[in-house]
Amino acid sequence: MTSTLELKEDKMLKVQFVGDDDVLNHILDREGGPKIKKDRAQLLVNTQKIIKKPENELEEDDQEVLKDQNYVEVLGQDVQESLKNGSATDGGNKVYPFQNRKHPEKMAKLASELAKTPGKSVSLNKNDPEITIDIPQCSKGHSASDKSQLKNNDKSEFLSTAPRGLRKRLIVPRSHSDSESEYSASNSEDDEGVAQEYEEDTNEDILSQKIQAQNRVVSAPVCRGTPSKKMKRKKTSHLVEEYFEAHSSSKVLTSDRTLQKLKRAKLDQQTLHNLLSKVSPSFSAELKQLNQQHEQLFHKWMLQLHLGFNIVLYGLGSKRNLLERFRTTMLQDCIHIVINGFFPGISVKSILNSVTEVLDHMGTFRSVLDQLEWITNKFKEDSSLELFLLIHNLDSQMLRGDKSQQIIGQLSSLRNIYLIASIDHLNAPLMWDHAKQSLYNWLWYETTTYSHYTEETSYENSLLVKQSGSLPLSSLIHVLRSLTPNASTFFLCFSAWVYFYQQCREAFLVNSDLTLRAQLTEFRDHKLIRTKKGTDGVEYLLIPVDNGILTDFLEKEEEEL
Amino acid sequence: MENVCYHMKMKSTFIGLFVFHRCTCIGCKWKNASEDSKLRFETYQLIWQQMKSETERLQEELNKNLFDSLIEFLQTSHSGLWKNSEDWSGEIKLREIPTAALILGVNVTDHDLTLRSLTEVLQNNVTPYVVSLQAKDCPDVANLLHPFLFLLMDCKVDVQSKEKESVQVIQKNVHYSMDSLSAWYMSVTQVNKHWFSPQHLHEFPLILIFGIATSPVVIHRLLPHAVSSLLCIELFQSLSCKEHLTTVLDKLLLTTQFPFKLSEKVLQILTNIFLYHDFSIQNFIKGLQLSLLEHFYSQPLSVLCCNLPEAKRRTHFLSANQCENIRRLPSFRRYVEKQSSQKQVALLTSDKSLKEETQSLLENLHVYHTNYFLVLRCLHQFTSFLPKYPLGRQIRELYCMCLEKNIWDSEEYASVLQLLRLLAKDELMAMLQNCFKVFQSSSAKELGNTAKKIEEFLAQFQSLDAETKEEEDTSQSQSKGLQKTDLYHLQKSLLEMKELRSTSKRQTKFEVLREQVVSFVDSLVREYLLPPDTQPLHETLYFSSAHTLRQHLNAAPRIALHTALNNPYYYLKNEALRSEEGCIPNVAPDICIAYKLHLECSRLINLVDWSEAFATVVTAAEKMDANSVTSEERNEVIHARFIRAVSELELLGFIKPTKQKTDHVARLTWGGC
Repeated sequence: MTSTLELKEDKMLKVQFVGDDDVLNHILDREGGPKIKKDRAQLLVNTQKIIKKPENELEEDDQEVLKDQNYVEVLGQDVQESLKNGSATDGGNKVYPFQNRKHPEKMAKLASELAKTPGKSVSLNKNDPEITIDIPQCSKGHSASDKSQLKNNDKSEFLSTAPRGLRKRLIVPRSHSDSESEYSASNSEDDEGVAQEYEEDTNEDILSQKIQAQNRVVSAPVCRGTPSKKMKRKKTSHLVEEYFEAHSSSKVLTSDRTLQKLKRAKLDQQTLHNLLSKVSPSFSAELKQLNQQHEQLFHKWMLQLHLGFNIVLYGLGSKRNLLERFRTTMLQDCIHIVINGFFPGISVKSILNSVTEVLDHMGTFRSVLDQLEWITNKFKEDSSLELFLLIHNLDSQMLRGDKSQQIIGQLSSLRNIYLIASIDHLNAPLMWDHAKQSLYNWLWYETTTYSHYTEETSYENSLLVKQSGSLPLSSLIHVLRSLTPNASTFFLCFSAWVYFYQQCREAFLVNSDLTLRAQLTEFRDHKLIRTKKGTDGVEYLLIPVDNGILTDFLEKEEEEL
Repeated sequence: MENVCYHMKMKSTFIGLFVFHRCTCIGCKWKNASEDSKLRFETYQLIWQQMKSETERLQEELNKNLFDSLIEFLQTSHSGLWKNSEDWSGEIKLREIPTAALILGVNVTDHDLTLRSLTEVLQNNVTPYVVSLQAKDCPDVANLLHPFLFLLMDCKVDVQSKEKESVQVIQKNVHYSMDSLSAWYMSVTQVNKHWFSPQHLHEFPLILIFGIATSPVVIHRLLPHAVSSLLCIELFQSLSCKEHLTTVLDKLLLTTQFPFKLSEKVLQILTNIFLYHDFSIQNFIKGLQLSLLEHFYSQPLSVLCCNLPEAKRRTHFLSANQCENIRRLPSFRRYVEKQSSQKQVALLTSDKSLKEETQSLLENLHVYHTNYFLVLRCLHQFTSFLPKYPLGRQIRELYCMCLEKNIWDSEEYASVLQLLRLLAKDELMAMLQNCFKVFQSSSAKELGNTAKKIEEFLAQFQSLDAETKEEEDTSQSQSKGLQKTDLYHLQKSLLEMKELRSTSKRQTKFEVLREQVVSFVDSLVREYLLPPDTQPLHETLYFSSAHTLRQHLNAAPRIALHTALNNPYYYLKNEALRSEEGCIPNVAPDICIAYKLHLECSRLINLVDWSEAFATVVTAAEKMDANSVTSEERNEVIHARFIRAVSELELLGFIKPTKQKTDHVARLTWGGC
């Protein structure tokens, strides 16, 4: 019954906008005509199937789950025994399933639901029919109003635009545009803003909006229709297609609000830290228990390291403190190197350097490979030599490269170098192919700590735009303090962006090109300046810091001087 | 020194790396102190060393055939050169570069080892001038020639070139990727064209050895005809890794030589990792090592996991604590319950009688294993030739089944017996003969009469031969009698014969004998192939914690992350966090809430919306706590918490900043559409 009703509704909608449809058909008759017709036929079929599909879908899902379980069983997973392991709960099938497009307001909705029912949990089940039906209705409501508005504003423009661009747009498969349209309804809560934007927009943009609006008409039935398509095609292929469909569209519509409108001041590292220190940690008892569980493993790690395995820790939460405790309790009497992988300036070269430093090697090496070879020989010759490498975040930006991993792997494959490392990134295991894995000879340990990645995220690079600025500023000041007055004035001049060599000479900061370069090297080492060869061969210097920060900096310096 | 360093680190933001000196290294600490830990560690080392050397020996043995034939090929291939023969075929040969194509199968890690030992063997037996090049190291000609010449020069320095003529061997390790494969072949092509063209061959005898992953066709496809015609290719097939696995299993686990055993689940995991993930024997051995280690580390009674006389000796020195451990073993308890009450008391109270009993039980266990493996092999002889392999083609599959439960309860076993009852005589005899060999090879006394029995069966089958001949004669004479009758009579008599057969179902002697053999096999299986967990004290020898093994070897970091974010109750056993599937309470850790919210978004996420949603949730949770901070300050704190959660999600790789739209981040996980 409901389906027929809905059908009627759809028809009504279609009738309402028949004029636009005609326009479409008129243009499309030349090229894309048959396509559309086909689509429409499908549409009708789909709406009829509406009632059946949820069950089928569920069944299919179940089967999928079953299949997965089979695989897991093949892998010899022991569910009964695996009480401690997080990986056992979801057999992997639910981890990152492809999700249908969701309404942007869903987040807010979920939030309010979560908020409204404190303590009690809100079901987020995707198969929930209420939610799925909700979406199209919602967008329908929006579309009606948007539509009328559009009609008023842009009708004339639409007609006047060249049909070429339009055709291009229309050839894009319907199923794709329909899902987009769901979005276009978006958070246009302030209609004024939207209208303004339209006025400013170029012709083409208006056009696309227009067409989306038209598609919106169709969108309601199609939205419901998509799952039934699922039945027709194989599920996997469907997922793949949907993925590419979603990612091919260049335009994703979200609300246009920016943080600037929100009058939240940018936070620097220090204030952030201060603010966070006010937060009382929750679940401390449980966290402590978790940590204690991990700490019981220390002796085992020690043993396994000695027997030729290397240890990698994974799981949510910073493993820094855990490793630090491991270091203080177990490694007091051994030579060990702690490497903070998350530090932006770290490199394999520096790791190797510190290893050679430990071995009391004076002199330099031609290349990293030379150095590695020297280390290898040294360790092979002297079996009494033992070295522990502790690497926090082996998967950090600086170390995740293929070459770096290869070299660290080769180091770790040495009999008397013991490596214990932590990884955090979701895709970290992808760094290692079979060859590297056999070099590393990993034993995996899950150490979920839930502790905050305070240190790891404290470096500028790993933070989002909004709290940027403070660190380079503080580091600028930091470096400047540690320099000779000559050099610091020099940097001031430099940052004042004057033709500085001359000015420096006049100020007697540098007396020759050579000393200038020496000074520059110092700054370069601290990544405060960068050199670039221009197209004409002239060397350019630039400070890789935002203009705003630089002015801030100059102001502060002037105040102090 | 160390403290100083440590404090420095806390201050410094410019150093990411710290070295700590402090000498006098500790040795291996077999902690978890108590319970004979030292002894256990020593036993572990001993067994592991034995196992390791055994695998190395096996490796050598398996490679030997291949290497021998390769060496022979290398030695003969250039013999034509010295003869300076004038004849035509010699001429042709001179124009070709002898090439050995070594088909190794798909696997990188183990091949390194094989090729390294090949290099060694060649250096020892054929020529000091062996250069081994990796495909990935030489993407083009220049890059190929450089290491090639470099390594060659290196060789010469070492040996002070006594011979003027030298044989070079380029050894190639070709990897999975067709890219590197083709890149490398291209380079070889170039080399062949420009560098080692045939005229050079007179002064510069060269042999190529290619390692190929898939099939020799690749060579022809990748090299142009002009080049491949210059190569005189000979194929060498290395042993497949599956056979390798079978041998390793056979020599390490299906033997009483090593007391350590794996339970069914553990074995299943190891073989599955091998078959589904990497085909790497080395990894398999690693898994074996880990399970050995885990066994000795976690099971205090593993002190008894050594050869029989030693184990018996050790039982004498078991501490009271260890005796208690024995009494606590489930298998031992089951055993005690079956004993008479008097004996029960003795076993549970007196350590002395316990030790004596333990000794005899250990001996039983040893005997059980000896018989077990013999019968297992025997059964394998019978089942491995049956159509459709109901009990598996490989002995490891059969072994797994037998370890799991009583094999005779399974359907597969019933069908095996059924199939055995249908076997023809010569097949059956071949199987019996194999079994006979198996039993003969062992010296077990208990099964001595089994061998005898099989021998008897064989003799009976042989004598059957003569009898059946007679039978055939009689039937032939019968048919002769029939020949003269007409069609009607013939039909009638045939019908009669048929009826006769179906009604009386008189079994031939062969059928009777076959039945006997089948029931004999069946009785053997039922007697000796009891699953190990029926044996008292099996815990001392069997490692069964499959879960630990899987966790450490075949971990799933993504799932762990997801679980932690999605269902914090799993880790933090706080009732406030308990929730239904797929939902999350609002008191959960910040990162979980942010994660949950971001799942609702598409490819791009508006930070403002996100932060507001986050604030809504968190405020709701805080109101419960009745916080009395001013709202502005609280908002700031919440915002800070949001920032922290977001940057943590960024570190974990769920989102990244994007410039597509201001104040937006992009989702990176699947489903981010």
